[in-house]
Formats: sequence, structure tokens, C-alpha cells
Amino acid sequence: MILGRSARGKAPVEPVTLKILVAGGFGAGKTTLVGAVSEIRPLRTEEILTEAGRPVDDTNGVEGKHTTTVAMDFGRITLREDLVLYLFGTPGQDRFWFFWDELATGALGAVVLADTRRLEDCFAAVDYFERRRIPFIVAVNCFEGAERHTADAVQQALDLDPGVPVVLCDARDRQSVKEVLIEVVEHAMTFAADPRQAVTS
Amino acid sequence: MSGDGQGTHGGAHWFDDDAGPVVRPYAMTRGRTSSAGQHRLDLIALVVAEDVTHDPETDHMLSPEHVDIVDLCREAPQSVAELAAGLDLPIGVVRVLIGDLADDGLVHVTRPVPPAELPDESILRDVINGLRAL
Ligand SMILES: Nc1nc2c(ncn2[C@@H]2O[C@H](COP(=O)(O)OP(=O)(O)OP(=O)(O)O)[C@@H](O)[C@H]2O)c(=O)[nH]1
Ligand SMILES: [Mg+2]
Repeated sequence: MILGRSARGKAPVEPVTLKILVAGGFGAGKTTLVGAVSEIRPLRTEEILTEAGRPVDDTNGVEGKHTTTVAMDFGRITLREDLVLYLFGTPGQDRFWFFWDELATGALGAVVLADTRRLEDCFAAVDYFERRRIPFIVAVNCFEGAERHTADAVQQALDLDPGVPVVLCDARDRQSVKEVLIEVVEHAMTFAADPRQAVTS
Repeated sequence: MSGDGQGTHGGAHWFDDDAGPVVRPYAMTRGRTSSAGQHRLDLIALVVAEDVTHDPETDHMLSPEHVDIVDLCREAPQSVAELAAGLDLPIGVVRVLIGDLADDGLVHVTRPVPPAELPDESILRDVINGLRAL
């Protein structure tokens, strides 16, 4: 018999944990963004899906079902010893909606990364967060060579509610990504304070 | 909400000998993809080691992966997602293993802020200040 390690020192701090989701189309810069502000680690889930694409409760009789590996980006930002923010880059394929639901539950807010060369790639994410009433902002990743769009033009093209912030960013730049995340948290605060925001859809 | 539609499965299902091959990633959970009577653990729920005197390594019911989880959590509370990433195991597998450890009283799981409820404004301000200071 040995003593648990925690019996020797002070009780470990149980931090408050929060999460922000990073969504966006294929190649929009999600992995780059998460990596710019946090130590990034791949996270995977191997779900056994039924034909209907739902997870199963156990693997008994798995004939006709298949395992699907869903991989996502996962980053941790320790803000204080007792306050930790996690970032989850959502898996791109739409068929993993069940996994989006899981990620979205309890999320503080979300970033939809948009690549202006393929703006339509982020329609699905915008729709999703609108419908779930999850506070989100759109961050336009300014790739070189891409035509510079004004935030207003993106706002219109995506047909966003006027309250949804649109910011320009460089997903490779730590400072820029910090500002994006701050914008998400500020938007979440406004969203919570203004019930009208929460009933648009 | 999270659409996992669970709660219908009663006790753990075990494989008996004539069951087909266990789907590989779930071999170490003996085929279980969720643990009995447990809600699907949130990815950012924290797993905290209980201050118990018995050494999990001497508990032969536990797999090496169970022991790894307890060891990591004894250093500091870990989120479900961190345990999965850190041990390079699929989330579903880690969830089942954590459920076993909770049943054995070796760890407990703290709930994060309830879904659909935003954390305190003061916490959000702390997050903003923390991000600025990074
Ligand atoms: N010039 C420029 N390149 C970028 C920027 N952000 C990302 N990239 C590059 O674009 C490519 C795709 O970026 P990723 O971060 O992998 O994009 P992703 O959204 O994770 O992609 P998937 O996971 O495949 O959907 C990489 O080669 C990045 O280096 C940016 O702001 N500017
Ligand atoms: Mg990626």
C-alpha cells in the first residue's frame, strides 16, 4: 500500500475549463490557428457508426456497422492555474454532425474561419451555429494573393445577422489569433446579455 | 441537445466467446463503447484522482491504460480530451476506462459549466484578461 501522491502535498487545483470551437471549410487554416496560440495535439475518436451514421452503444453485433476515425485539432491554453481554455478544431466533413453536437455542447463560443476564395465552404458551419444559438464570429483568414474583402462584404455574402462580428485575421500570427479569441469571448458576453440576439434565426 | 440518445443501455455488455471479433479500438474496453449508468462524459470535464491509499498498480482488474490515467490525474486533474490526446487513445475508449475508475472510487469527474449556460461574466472577463496577457 502506498499513499496517493496527492495525500502528500496540497490538494491539486481543479481549474475551471472552457472551450471554444474552431470551424471552417477544408484548408481554411483551422489547424494553423489552433497551433498559433496553443500547444496543439491531435485528438481522435473512433466511433462505431450504424448505417444511419449514429454512434452505437456497444460493439455487440457490429456487422453492417463500421468504425470511423474522426480526428480533430485540440489545443490547451492555460490562462491561470485555475482557468483553462481548450480549443477544438471541428472535423471538416459534414457527415460528422453527431460529433459537432458533442463538441458544441457547453461551448463558450465559436470561430468560423473563412477563406474568401471559397466563402461558400463555411456556409454549413454558419448555419449550424445559428441554429444552435451558439455565439460565433467569422474570422476571415487573409491568405496572400486572395482578394482583400472588407468585413462588410463578407457579412453580406454570408447573410449574417448584423450582430455577428466579422474580423480579418492571419491564422499564423499569435497576436492576431489572440484578438480573434478575445472577440469570441466578448461576443459571447454580449450575446448572453441581449436576449434578442439569442432568438434570431 | 447533445443528441447522444443514451440511457437505454442498462448494465455493461460483455463479449462472450461466440461474439464476433471485437472492433479493434474497443478491445481494451472489452467491447464496451460506453460505461454503465454514466452520461457521456464531457470532453472538458476534469478527471480528478481520489485521495485513496490503495495503489492501482496492484489492482489486477485494471489494465495498464487504467493505471496510466490514474497516474496522470494524480499529477494534476486532466480533462477527458487531454487524457485521450496524452495517451493517444480514442475518446470513446478513454471514456469507458474513466467510467470504470470512477466506479472503483479511484477518480471522480467534475462537471464543467452546464451546457446552454454561460459561465459567469466575471469568468469571461478573466478569460479576456488572460488572453490579453498571453
Ligand atoms: N498565407 C497564409 N497561409 C495560411 C494561413 N493559414 C493557413 N495557411 C496555410 O494554408 C494551409 C492550410 O492550413 P490548415 O491550418 O492546415 O487548414 P485546416 O483548416 O486545418 O485544413 P483541413 O484540416 O485540411 O481542413 C497550410 O499550408 C497553412 O500553412 C494564412 O493566414 N496565410
Ligand atoms: Mg486541419
